[in-house]
Amino acid sequence: MVTTDNNELQDCYGWLAAIHDPEIPVLSILDLGIVRNIELLSTLNQEGHIRVTITATYTGCPAMDTIAMLIKMELRNKGYKKVEVERSISPAWTTDWMTQEGKEKLRAYGIAPPDKRFSIPDNGITCPQCGSSNTRLLSEFGSTACKSLLQCNDCAEPFDYFKCH
Amino acid sequence: MTNASLVDLTLYLADSTLVLGQRNGDWCGHGPVLEQDIAITNITLDLIGQARSFYQYAAQLIGNGCTEDQLAYWRNEREFKNCLLCERPNGDWAQTILRQTFFSFYQRELFAQLLNGNDSTLSAIAEKSLKEISYHCRWSGEWVCRLGDGTEESHRRLEAATENLWPYVGELFIAAPYETAMQIDTAAIKKGWSDAIDTLFTEATLSPVSLSSTFMHTGGKTGQHTEALGYLLAEMQYVQRSFPGCEW
Repeated sequence: MVTTDNNELQDCYGWLAAIHDPEIPVLSILDLGIVRNIELLSTLNQEGHIRVTITATYTGCPAMDTIAMLIKMELRNKGYKKVEVERSISPAWTTDWMTQEGKEKLRAYGIAPPDKRFSIPDNGITCPQCGSSNTRLLSEFGSTACKSLLQCNDCAEPFDYFKCH
Repeated sequence: MTNASLVDLTLYLADSTLVLGQRNGDWCGHGPVLEQDIAITNITLDLIGQARSFYQYAAQLIGNGCTEDQLAYWRNEREFKNCLLCERPNGDWAQTILRQTFFSFYQRELFAQLLNGNDSTLSAIAEKSLKEISYHCRWSGEWVCRLGDGTEESHRRLEAATENLWPYVGELFIAAPYETAMQIDTAAIKKGWSDAIDTLFTEATLSPVSLSSTFMHTGGKTGQHTEALGYLLAEMQYVQRSFPGCEW
């Protein structure tokens, strides 16, 4: 039975917002949109049973195991005795689920956020350093599965771009 | 549709992506330039991620405590159902690129059918994988053009790769019993694949090759492999066979 303690559920979201992607530490797992659901099966003052459903960005993303472990540790620390982390694959994760705040954080960190005008990583994506659109694609595959490598023709900085997916 | 056919089809998908992933993984640290080294290993990561999704599903269907690791590490080559194309050695960069192109273009056709098929889990895995496959097709297709329409040497190497790999593509379009049972339309896959490869080869200034005029090897889908697979499995499975059940 899922309880409807909205305050406690809100607290849970707050706690998960403190967990960051190990490969892109500027983003929380909520910013990334990989937390699909939290079910409070029994509140903290009862048995403390919670289930979190997450979805992978890319099928082979090596950060998923770490993220699942971080969620378990965080919620156990908050007092839950039983923490389940379930993984769902459908619907498939999309960068549309990334929050606006997350996109701003990425830009400030030096990673160009996904830009819907470009269905593929392409020339012309805005440089997160100087804001120029005079940029070029260096490699479609970057330092992680979710990113491409680009370079700015104006400020000459190479930069990561978080691909539309 | 029987459960056995569903398990076999799922294992075919798992084994093919795992074996190609293992092959591509050999390029880690050896790519021609850093960006391309990263590209081929990123594709490898996607393939192994897809393989894990399929193995987890197969393990769930088989039941009795079966795990993805058991399926990947504790089966012998006669039990592996991967298509022969995926187990062919890396050769040079041209051969690796062409093998990836042939397989990614095939995956794009096959997974589109899985996406619209009857099994909701295979459909979900296909939906997720197709996003990745579109990158793989674009990247590997661009390389075929770059090498084919490049220098005399690169063109020659890609032609040699075509000659080496072509006899292994025919198998993709001959339905194994489990594919027939699961209503995979291999004729439609063949049509979509050969149209796309013809267009690509023309763009890459390569001579078109016919699917009907070449002798084609078969057997991988039902566990009869070339000698190459045994060596690959021996290396891949070594740690689990030496230290059963080890984890880190």
